[in-house]
Amino acid sequence: MELVDARGLSCPQPVMMTLEAIKRLGKGEIEFLVDTDTSKENVMRLVQSQGWDVSGLEPDGTGYRIKIKK
Amino acid sequence: MGAKLDFFASRKGIIVAGGIIGILAPILQKLGNPKNMGICVACMERDIAGALNLHRAAVVQYMRPEIIGFVLGSLIAAYLFKEFRPRAGSAPVVRFFLGVFAMIGALVFLGCPWRALLRLAGGDGNAILGLLGLIAGIWVGTFFLKGGYNLGRTQPTYSSVGWLMPLTMLGFLSLMLIYPQIPGQAQSGVLSYSTQGPGSQHAPLAISLIVGIIVGFLAQRSRFCTMGAIRDTILFKQTHLLSGVVALLVLAFLTNLVLGQFSPGFKEQPIAHDMHVWNFLGMMLAGWAFCLAGGCPGRQLFLAGEGDGDAAVFVWGMIIGAAFSHNFGLASSPKGIGPHGVAGVVVGLAFCLFVGLTMRQKRA
Repeated sequence: MELVDARGLSCPQPVMMTLEAIKRLGKGEIEFLVDTDTSKENVMRLVQSQGWDVSGLEPDGTGYRIKIKK
Repeated sequence: MGAKLDFFASRKGIIVAGGIIGILAPILQKLGNPKNMGICVACMERDIAGALNLHRAAVVQYMRPEIIGFVLGSLIAAYLFKEFRPRAGSAPVVRFFLGVFAMIGALVFLGCPWRALLRLAGGDGNAILGLLGLIAGIWVGTFFLKGGYNLGRTQPTYSSVGWLMPLTMLGFLSLMLIYPQIPGQAQSGVLSYSTQGPGSQHAPLAISLIVGIIVGFLAQRSRFCTMGAIRDTILFKQTHLLSGVVALLVLAFLTNLVLGQFSPGFKEQPIAHDMHVWNFLGMMLAGWAFCLAGGCPGRQLFLAGEGDGDAAVFVWGMIIGAAFSHNFGLASSPKGIGPHGVAGVVVGLAFCLFVGLTMRQKRA
């Protein structure tokens, strides 16, 4: 599974990395690591607007691990 | 499957947050804050720099409780919702200077993005030039973002790092209580208080502080950001944050109508000048710097409240930038731009270009 580590990066980097990964893969499963709630929300908002589904969301360290698929 | 976002992360949530700020700002003005300046992060940080005697412009010295409230309200929200994350280490010195030049640009226009919206909502047509400049600056910034510009990652750090800015704000509040304003006197202990001009116009301390805390709380929850609103629209065609900004503008306009504070025109607008080119370029510099720093001045305060030490450095950049602006004749006044305002803008634009071009990560 593709893993995108956006921890420690400020707006809009996590969203840009998400968009890049989504465009590059087209479909499949991607996992994201983010460290703030803002990044979590922004990534999830973008993912849903791009027609992907959030298939998993769990705490990871001080942040979150988000799984998406299409 | 965990994909539900909470209320303030929804579009309704950001609209409610923006709308409440839009109502509260003109009310603060009614209660004593300067005209079309119910809330202005740049102006208020400039007044704080004055209160601390970092500059001696006698008409803009007041320890604005709204700013104190912004940071404390954000801190409270972050703790209540378990979002306090002490972090730091993403090119702090660059963020400091971005704050300095953002402030220099904002004070050439005479306001931050929030005040640009509030000025427009009060009928000041010059704000249109400022907002266009802001959009232009952010638009330029997005090219650098697309080209790989990146200030690097922050690292998790000690809680005390995240607490420094809120503690500083509590210290500022303590100073206001230890050395309260004495009517007609320009100095009370270590603090300066304007006896005339915008710095002398303010709502009662408790009201300013409470409104600040409410705004800080709402903005932390909703991630309200004027720069992000424009950036996301340009970069991702996402209008989530923009809907909050539009709500602020519309509600501020309606509140001004109700309170009799709407007066359309370009001439003789309160604490504004009509030098269109410099209103545009001043805000273009500010917008570019905000974009490179990842947040508008309000957002930087809210981030500082939730533990972001780099945002705190940006805030200090803005406060020191205000001191530079007034000490070196860079800031505008209602008469027009300052004697060295042009130089300030040119150096600032060159700085943003330097940072934007040289701080790039090669994309894989």
